[in-house]
Amino acid sequence: MHTKDINENLPWSQINKDVMRSMMNPRKAYWVAIIVCIAMISCAVAAEVYQYNVGMGPANLNWPHMWDLYIATFIFWIGMSHSGTLLSAILHIIHADWRKPIYRFAEAMTTFSLMTAGLFPVIHIGRLWNMYWVLPYYSDRGIWPNFRSPLVWDAFAISTYLTSSALFLFIGMIPDLAICRDNTTGWRRKLYTILSLGWRGDDRQWRNFRRTYLLMACFLIPLAVSVHSIVSSDFAMSVMPGWHVTTFPPYFVAGALYSGCAAIMTLFICLRYFFRLEDYMTIPILVKTAKLTFAIAMVWTYLNLIEFASIWYGHNAVDKELLIAKFTGAYSPYFWMMLFIGSVVPFTLASEKLRTHLPTMLVVSLVLNLGMWLERWMIVTPTLSQGYHPFAFDVMWPSMIQWAIVFGSFGWFGLLFLIFVKVFPCVSMYEVKEMCYHRKREAMGVGHGSHAAGGAAGAVTASKTDLEGS
Amino acid sequence: MSKRRVLGLFDGFDPAFAAINDIKAGNVSGVKLDDVEVLSPIEHPDIDEVLEHRKSHVPKWTLFGALFGMIGGFLFLASAQANFLVQPQGGKPVIALPTNIVLTYEMLILSAVIFTVIAFLVTARLFRKRNPLYSEQITVDQVGIEITLDESDLAGLKESFAKHGVLEVREGAL
Repeated sequence: MHTKDINENLPWSQINKDVMRSMMNPRKAYWVAIIVCIAMISCAVAAEVYQYNVGMGPANLNWPHMWDLYIATFIFWIGMSHSGTLLSAILHIIHADWRKPIYRFAEAMTTFSLMTAGLFPVIHIGRLWNMYWVLPYYSDRGIWPNFRSPLVWDAFAISTYLTSSALFLFIGMIPDLAICRDNTTGWRRKLYTILSLGWRGDDRQWRNFRRTYLLMACFLIPLAVSVHSIVSSDFAMSVMPGWHVTTFPPYFVAGALYSGCAAIMTLFICLRYFFRLEDYMTIPILVKTAKLTFAIAMVWTYLNLIEFASIWYGHNAVDKELLIAKFTGAYSPYFWMMLFIGSVVPFTLASEKLRTHLPTMLVVSLVLNLGMWLERWMIVTPTLSQGYHPFAFDVMWPSMIQWAIVFGSFGWFGLLFLIFVKVFPCVSMYEVKEMCYHRKREAMGVGHGSHAAGGAAGAVTASKTDLEGS
Repeated sequence: MSKRRVLGLFDGFDPAFAAINDIKAGNVSGVKLDDVEVLSPIEHPDIDEVLEHRKSHVPKWTLFGALFGMIGGFLFLASAQANFLVQPQGGKPVIALPTNIVLTYEMLILSAVIFTVIAFLVTARLFRKRNPLYSEQITVDQVGIEITLDESDLAGLKESFAKHGVLEVREGAL
């Protein structure tokens, strides 16, 4: 079994070759995944087109369930976006170098999750050609943006997060785009030449690059936390039972990190197989991600328990009835399933034997994400089904139209992601080189600052061959 | 005296840093440390120390961006809200400070990030015309030292490079 995060003896030219090859020559499973994603998108497109032909009725969205699966899935995708950039930024600041082979695709996951989440408010409008209605703009129809509303905060927060995450992803990729530029021909070379912005790796560029990347990471951490807190405010700032809860912001952030970490594990295992990246996406790195996911799962479990306890001992009759209905009512099978998946299934991640078994980890990570999706559904629908007004109590089961659109959103995310990892390097080549270099130096006992002594005597004796492998 | 630009390619950081330390020690006539640029496939933590801590001005831009976003964001929201007088406010203030804090915070971060990126593009001198001396080996595993100097000092520099095991020397007119 592997014990090191990465083989630090990998020659640097080999790192370039391996990653470039992965972009050119994936396994057949990659193309199968593309076809599956297109098929999933087709379901959503068919459902949407069907509505344009027969009207919006078949979506079965009516008061009090105005959004239902759309808002639940919107929150799911916003949550999924969190782990990528947030974990990348946190691990960068604390110098956890095991992030280096995996952060690129995690950040891409953030960007594409946000793009997928952004579809749902537009789909909810029912008229895609009026998509600009979701923006809080200065309107000639007399509809003024209400800056006191969490929904407007949401639009600002998500736009800020999408812009910042996309910039963070792009800036971090520039040195790799220069590598791609220098090693490709044809349309790829033209594309990478434009996107690498003339990068040549001089000390001025590296110095400013590092400062920029660090500063952006520092801003992205509070931004990511604020975004999901604001999404939680969409619910918590209302007075609806089950939503008007103080713990909602941390609960949402924990749930977001949880689903994001599980998604990172899923994508890790898929990319490792699709692109033959076994030397970079190694088992020890997966184990670290699994441990992190387990820790977050326990935080999520605790926040659930504290929410139940607050409601139970708060003696607010309506809140308490809703909680009892969640455990015993029409939605109880899904509620129990959510609790089982979210709190019990993660214990498989505590088993060393299971967390090093890739097929098991793939299944567990997918199941965890199912649990996190159920969590969002169980936040939205039971409250709408059993609010303050008994005459409005009902049980709502989403229509096939809603299911098809939700299903298609996974295909949309998958397709965007798979295209990205085919066009751009999903492993950060220059950072993997740095990781190998520093680990090798540490192993040889060569400290930082050994070159600055002045004069030739200041240079250490380790040769490049020693440090970079043969 | 005509100026020349020289790029020496080295097999890793150690010989390259040794060559720079030679220049710092004054062993290469006519070449100062300020004339030296290091091109590398990764950022080496010792580069800053070897080159005696050259500065980055990116944080100043970030600070300016954050302040601009905070003040500009709040003023934008407040001026928009000031136009809402036609709407019933339900007894609430027209410009509500507690709720505006949320959006001011978001604007602060967005502006800081955008200014940081602009600062990077400007201060890193990207978008420059490609240097004809550039070697693609720099994005693989070689370290380059690029120096602009008088033609008369060229021989001394080449000798120093050779002493430290330079793999290739490229030169061109400035």
